[in-house]
Amino acid sequence: MSDRTTDTAPPLLVARGLTRTFTLPRRSPFQPGPVRHALVDADLEVAAGESVALIGESGSGKSTLVRLLLALDRATSGTVAFDGRTVAPDRASRLRWLRRQTGIVLQDPYSSLDPRMRVGDTIAEPLRALGVEGDHDRLVAEMLERVGLDAGDAEAWPHEFSGGQRQRIALARALVHRPRLLIGDEPMSALDVTVRAQVLDLLRELRDERGLALLLVSHDIGLVQHLADRVAVLRDGRIVEQGATDDVLRRPRHDYTRTLVDSVPTLD
Amino acid sequence: MSLVIDDLTVTIGDRRVVDGVSLHVPDGARVGMIGESGSGKSLTTLAVLGLLPDGARATGSIRLDGRELLGASERELAGLRGRVVGTVFQDPGTTLDPVVTVGRQIAEPLRLHTRIGRRDARARAVAAAAEVGLPEPESVVDLYPHQLSGGQRQRVGIAMALINRPGLVLADEPTTALDVTTQAEVLALFQRLVDERRTSLLFVTHDLAVLSRITDHAAVLSHGRVVESGPVEQLLHRPEHEVTRGLVEATRATTWRAS
Repeated sequence: MSDRTTDTAPPLLVARGLTRTFTLPRRSPFQPGPVRHALVDADLEVAAGESVALIGESGSGKSTLVRLLLALDRATSGTVAFDGRTVAPDRASRLRWLRRQTGIVLQDPYSSLDPRMRVGDTIAEPLRALGVEGDHDRLVAEMLERVGLDAGDAEAWPHEFSGGQRQRIALARALVHRPRLLIGDEPMSALDVTVRAQVLDLLRELRDERGLALLLVSHDIGLVQHLADRVAVLRDGRIVEQGATDDVLRRPRHDYTRTLVDSVPTLD
Repeated sequence: MSLVIDDLTVTIGDRRVVDGVSLHVPDGARVGMIGESGSGKSLTTLAVLGLLPDGARATGSIRLDGRELLGASERELAGLRGRVVGTVFQDPGTTLDPVVTVGRQIAEPLRLHTRIGRRDARARAVAAAAEVGLPEPESVVDLYPHQLSGGQRQRVGIAMALINRPGLVLADEPTTALDVTTQAEVLALFQRLVDERRTSLLFVTHDLAVLSRITDHAAVLSHGRVVESGPVEQLLHRPEHEVTRGLVEATRATTWRAS
């Protein structure tokens, strides 16, 4: 847990009443298909520099919510605003702007890096795609060193690196264009525990020195406890509880949160 | 049933992937093997089952109730697997056959090792499904794996592993692919079944917190070697080897602390 004060910071990301339903294939030609509510009436805020975790198990709606927040999918109803501006999939110029404000790290550093691209090109890709000005080679070199690798590693291929090193490369790629919000989708779950501890430290350092807001999607309660200021608990498409991390995890109000926390194996 | 692994070395090409591992699972005991990826824990398990990949050579000794398994014929080993030694692997989604009903798969080890009629096999599968807490055992046996959740599929895996009442169960990361609440249920189930039957258990995991929940003794593996072994309490609170210390510290830094 960090003690950075975020009370006065303006909200960076605001979601209001987000709902996403999917119509499933019809079972009879005479009736409409059944509707699945993937996400129902979700409200969520992330302030600048704040770390917020979304926790919940498979199928709880975490990924649906993230896709909507990033305007990768269209909400059935509800709105998403980043820095006060509404974002949606069909607003191309604003989407481009949104991409510059955000970076993403995914779960599996083996499948998230293109094996046929040199590490330096992979990291530079967002710079090119987003039209970031400046000396890209120098930015890539600085980023590589910042995540604990060598500037010379830009010439190497992904297969030459271990899982932990690959996750550092993925982090470099997510942050090279200096986004204000980093989204981590289970960023540690494929890593060995000693590597996990190192990547966790690195993530915390980068977040603090850059004033990054962090949206962590995870079912790893331990990681959430060590990284997030606030948590929102999702179950069956609904946010059943949200609040300060310690309050929610140590004094859960919802039965589901309690079950989740009680299920986590501990060393105590 | 006791398992004694003595100075096991597995070589693939010119690499020693398991390097002089010794480990003892006394009759009725629950012993863990912990290490990070590439530490040799899974290969050690496969060596016990005689399932090492092609091109791997094993030396040393693996004795099950005194009977030497290393160098035993494939026929002899096949007679042990699923009958005397039950196994549960990590991903129940990939270890089950997608086109065979759950009931037939649960009963498969029975039909393989004993002469049993269809009807009896089905009845035994229903009983086993009930024992591992699958819902509506009478009808669940007629479903296919994709119709079950991940946790239910792992229950099927456990039912299969236990149906012949094996003396030893080898479990390799059986809860790693599961959600946390499901993991807790499956661990509790494991514990109960192993206790009730006094089955010996060798439990392989990378997760110290899971290990401490289910086993009493454990060996810590690193780069193919056992670097430290002893009671789990001792490994957690008085680790001697730097690898063990690193594991404990990293686990404390990343896992949930209730207080």
